[in-house]
Amino acid sequence: MKIRVDMAKCETHAQCVFAAPEAFSLDDDDELVYDANPDDALRAKIEQAVLACPVQAVFIEQG
Amino acid sequence: MRRIAIVGAGLAGFSAGQELRRLGFDGDLTVIGAEPHRPYRRPPLSKEHLLGESDLSLRGADELGAAWRLGRAATGLDLERRAVLVGEAAIGFDGLVIATGLRAKSLPEGTALPGVHFLRGLDDARGLRREIEARPRTVVVGGGFIGSETAATLRGLGLEVTLISGRPVLRSALGAEVGAIAEAMHREHGVEVRTGRMAGVSGTGRVERVHLQDGGTVTADLVVAALGAEPETEWLRGTGLGDGDGVMVGADGLVAPGIAAAGDVARWPHPLHSGRTLRIEHYANAAEQGAHAARALLGGIGPYTPLPNFWSHLYGRRLQAVGFTGADCESRLVAQEPGHRFMAEYRHRGRLVGVAAAGFARAMPEYRQRIAQALAPVAETAEGPPDTGVVSGGPTSQRADERAG
Ligand SMILES: Cc1cc2nc3c(=O)[nH]c(=O)nc-3n(C[C@H](O)[C@H](O)[C@H](O)COP(=O)(O)OP(=O)(O)OC[C@H]3O[C@@H](n4cnc5c(N)ncnc54)[C@H](O)[C@@H]3O)c2cc1C
Ligand code: SF4
Repeated sequence: MKIRVDMAKCETHAQCVFAAPEAFSLDDDDELVYDANPDDALRAKIEQAVLACPVQAVFIEQG
Repeated sequence: MRRIAIVGAGLAGFSAGQELRRLGFDGDLTVIGAEPHRPYRRPPLSKEHLLGESDLSLRGADELGAAWRLGRAATGLDLERRAVLVGEAAIGFDGLVIATGLRAKSLPEGTALPGVHFLRGLDDARGLRREIEARPRTVVVGGGFIGSETAATLRGLGLEVTLISGRPVLRSALGAEVGAIAEAMHREHGVEVRTGRMAGVSGTGRVERVHLQDGGTVTADLVVAALGAEPETEWLRGTGLGDGDGVMVGADGLVAPGIAAAGDVARWPHPLHSGRTLRIEHYANAAEQGAHAARALLGGIGPYTPLPNFWSHLYGRRLQAVGFTGADCESRLVAQEPGHRFMAEYRHRGRLVGVAAAGFARAMPEYRQRIAQALAPVAETAEGPPDTGVVSGGPTSQRADERAG
């Protein structure tokens, strides 16, 4: 699956990291880094990340 | 299961609906919500949303394929007919998700003067924002997260703000050390912090003064009452499913056959909490537990064992907490740097059970793992951390004894 994070919106709350640590993490500067093509098996966790992000910055790309 | 009703169109209810669809439920889905709004994000209401209107709606509501019955509260539950009652209407169901959240506690009698506001929903925030335009002298009553955030946000607008708290600010939720830092931040920014309890308000036609139990008074054009909230279970009266403590969920994720509950309203025995029951009033929990409720309805899941996790804003600083951080744990500052960056660890019987920090975002995911590991054996020996049974992100971070003001 394909995902995208709107980095202009992201406030590094790390809620997505808690929900799906396989796909999201914070780097040394507290910036969010993520895997734009996570495994389909992670879908439930990614959907949790989408919901839990306080600023709705995580998007699942269709297709 | 052909028909599923969700009562409460908040985050938990919405998350349940999404997960039902994801798991392939293609029957009738009805979402009943007391507010006229589709699901939206509540946390900004005490933060940036007080400064200006923005779109808080949760994405994906249109694609849910649900019948939305909004603007009228469910008034009852008929267990025999298996129907949710909304006034005269009865909405039959095979499966039900209870997700009605909390409502703000009502104030002592005689305090319902114009100019006295609560802050729980979007319409409350709008009402408050209209008042702010007149630049009122504001008194915020309640030193929990919502009171603290509201005071900070309004002070950020340059209003004169007094924060009245029964106990030191944020202490119930985060302990004495972090509470003291929060209080110092308020003072530094010019909020007058007063320890005391509200006895009442007075004024002619509109609030003019707040009276404290110690005899003091504070002049006020506007009062924000953030005195706590309680589970919204009125509509379950007579069913035995819910009371003032919430709706009890069993280890199978169900309240009764075919009935699940999630979010702020749900109480359940938490294995990391000595198997004692707990409610978590946090945003992330509503998202996670909503999905869990959906899986429980469709059958066959294990117990729900999340680690609480929460954030709050204070003057541009973001506070984050993971695990159990209540005043009944031993807390210790392990880092404190200029600009109110800090980190505090929370222990119970020597074991790490929680962490709270500002300015240490990157450390949090790792802490979360460490705490989960430290608590894993606890789940087996039933020796969890102590708590009051409510892990609060909302206004009930105050304990019962200080809710009076
Ligand atoms: C001002 C504010 C700030 C917050 N800030 C944070 C924060 O920074 N971080 C954090 O983690 N958490 C925060 N929270 C807490 C977080 O918003 C909640 O934990 C979360 O909204 C819980 O979701 P829920 O779906 O369980 O309940 P709710 O969001 O309360 O939704 C319940 C819904 O059910 C409806 N309802 C009630 N009774 C009925 C009925 N009889 N029939 C039909 N519908 C009914 C209600 O109108 C409501 O829309 C904050 C809460 C508030 C109020
Ligand atoms: S949860 Fe949202 S705001 Fe937080 S790090 Fe992830 S994308 Fe950014």
